[in-house]
Amino acid sequence: MSALLEVQGLRVTFGGTAAVRGASLTVNKGETHCLVGESGCGKSVTSLAIMALLAKGGRREADVLSFAGQDIRGLNERQMSRLRGDRMAMIFQEPMTSLNPAYTVGSQMTEVLRRHRGASRVQAVDRAAELLGRVGITAPGLRLGQFPHQLSGGLRQRVMIAMALMCDPELLIADEPTTALDVTVQAQILRLLAGIQKDLGLGILLITHDLGVVARIADRVSVMYAGEVVESAPTAALFADPQHPYTRGLLACVPVPGKVKRGDPLGSIPGVVPRIPPGFRGCAFRDRCAYAHAECAGTIPRRGAGAGHEVLCTLPPGYASRVAA
Amino acid sequence: MLRFLLRRLAVALLVALTVLTLSFLLTRLSGDLAISIAGPNATQEDVDIIRRAYGLNRPLTQQYLDWLVRAVQGDFGDSFFFKDRVAKLIASRLPITMTLGLVGLAIALVVSLPLGIIAAVRENSWVDRSVMMVALIGQAMPSFWLGLILMVVLGLNLGWLPISGTGGWEYYVMPGIVLAFSAIPSLMRLTRSGMIEALSSDYIRTARAKGLSRLSILVKHGFRNAAIPVVSIAAVQLGFMLGGSIVIESVFAMHGVGYLAWESIGKNDFPVVQAVVLVLALLYIALTLLADMLNAVLDPRLRSA
Ligand SMILES: Nc1ncnc2c1ncn2[C@@H]1O[C@H](COP(=O)(O)OP(=O)(O)OP(=O)(O)O)[C@@H](O)[C@H]1O
Ligand SMILES: [Mg+2]
Repeated sequence: MSALLEVQGLRVTFGGTAAVRGASLTVNKGETHCLVGESGCGKSVTSLAIMALLAKGGRREADVLSFAGQDIRGLNERQMSRLRGDRMAMIFQEPMTSLNPAYTVGSQMTEVLRRHRGASRVQAVDRAAELLGRVGITAPGLRLGQFPHQLSGGLRQRVMIAMALMCDPELLIADEPTTALDVTVQAQILRLLAGIQKDLGLGILLITHDLGVVARIADRVSVMYAGEVVESAPTAALFADPQHPYTRGLLACVPVPGKVKRGDPLGSIPGVVPRIPPGFRGCAFRDRCAYAHAECAGTIPRRGAGAGHEVLCTLPPGYASRVAA
Repeated sequence: MLRFLLRRLAVALLVALTVLTLSFLLTRLSGDLAISIAGPNATQEDVDIIRRAYGLNRPLTQQYLDWLVRAVQGDFGDSFFFKDRVAKLIASRLPITMTLGLVGLAIALVVSLPLGIIAAVRENSWVDRSVMMVALIGQAMPSFWLGLILMVVLGLNLGWLPISGTGGWEYYVMPGIVLAFSAIPSLMRLTRSGMIEALSSDYIRTARAKGLSRLSILVKHGFRNAAIPVVSIAAVQLGFMLGGSIVIESVFAMHGVGYLAWESIGKNDFPVVQAVVLVLALLYIALTLLADMLNAVLDPRLRSA
């Protein structure tokens, strides 16, 4: 496996506030990497920063930011536009407003393929209809001729998903792509993505609140807290042996995978994600952490906890059982 | 779509009828028409003759219906001064005014749309600030004054363009610029604010995520949505230009309907004045309707409303 997307020390600031503070993650070819964490912890900003699509006022810095072996930190908008939509595609968290109200679904879907592949109109329409069918939209021909306002939220989200797949991208960044969808459609979409992944080696960075989805499809999980990736591990290892107190809290909130709906409070972790002032040192979770001690205010070491399992925490392995004992 | 347009058409017809009625009432209620037609030196006998000849002795409602039926057919009676049908006079002058208005609008759009877009793309930069400054100056400048400056510079000093009169395209340039100048600030501002809003929208982010070209992002996805309010204001501005032709045509001695109105006011030729006002008002209504139709084409949400 080779790294398709490698991010190290990603920092994003909006004016004085730091939204992402040195996040690191790697997505390999053919792998599904899930990014989880409470609302406001910087998941969307991280994904937008990777695509260089930050809103005005957002500043991005990174120690490493490479796609398919190419350093993409210095690329200008024109160079990025050659990658976007073609080799790296994105599905946004806001399905209701992400389509242009002035154009039909067909027009918006086909222009991607025409732009990057120089496809003819007919070819592009065929491809769009095929993908709409594959994301579970009946009567694709009808939908292609419709405008966004004529579609429900779930349909728009599926159109966005289909549109992102038009050019068979190598990397797909999907920010909560199935939130507006019911469970059966969600399962269908996830199967579709898994199928494409198997056929084409698609790498997926999936942002989700749904740990049930994570357990089912993720190869690797990264847990984000206050702009940092505090723990990253192969899925089985993370569920079996969570290290960071925050991860443990997150998992404790979800005893039964698939039962959690978006908008539910994440229950058992007391407190809220704090606003992190610039120049903040130490662990951002320490105010909410039951195991916090003096070292948590210093520089936090990155420690290994098994194959491919890393955690950003001062506590030694097995701290929880010792305290409980 | 059809329901939207039918509703707009009904509203337009209603407004047109109101304008017709008002224009009738204004002439009848602002004193005795027969006396003003007859002039200051007329005897009572003359006035009576005129009153009968023009049917002014009939009941007001009958006069109104009679006048309305004729006005709808484009019959505005005879001019007192020009000794000709009013409708014919207006028909011969209208093309000049319309051409002038369209030239003015074209110049205004060619200047304000690109500038508005550039100002939006470079929001808060020096480019943006200078563009907005120009808009402010443009708004503060009286059009007759700008007209005179252009005449002196382009006409007298440089000799590039004819100073006044009616003729080929070159006669339309200077008055066109003057008309455009008054429309540019609002068109530019609206383009800018519409573009700023569009460019910060999620669908523009989507367009960028799809890797579309800069031109496609700005124009196809951005301006297409920003253009919707611009179309409405452009129609209103064209209406203003047609209405304002009375000043511009007098300054540049162009023989359009504005000039006709100017002459007729001086000659107390009320059928002509009334007809010009009426025609300009109806044109204005037609323009608004046209803008609504264009908007329905541009905004699919309106179409299905
Ligand atoms: N355009 C912006 N300007 C200023 N601050 C922003 C902007 N976008 C995001 N932020 C801040 O960055 C932080 C992270 O936001 P982000 O949207 O990445 O959260 P998230 O993890 O995606 O949350 P959710 O699960 O609710 O989607 C938030 O504190 C937010 O206020
Ligand atoms: Mg988000």
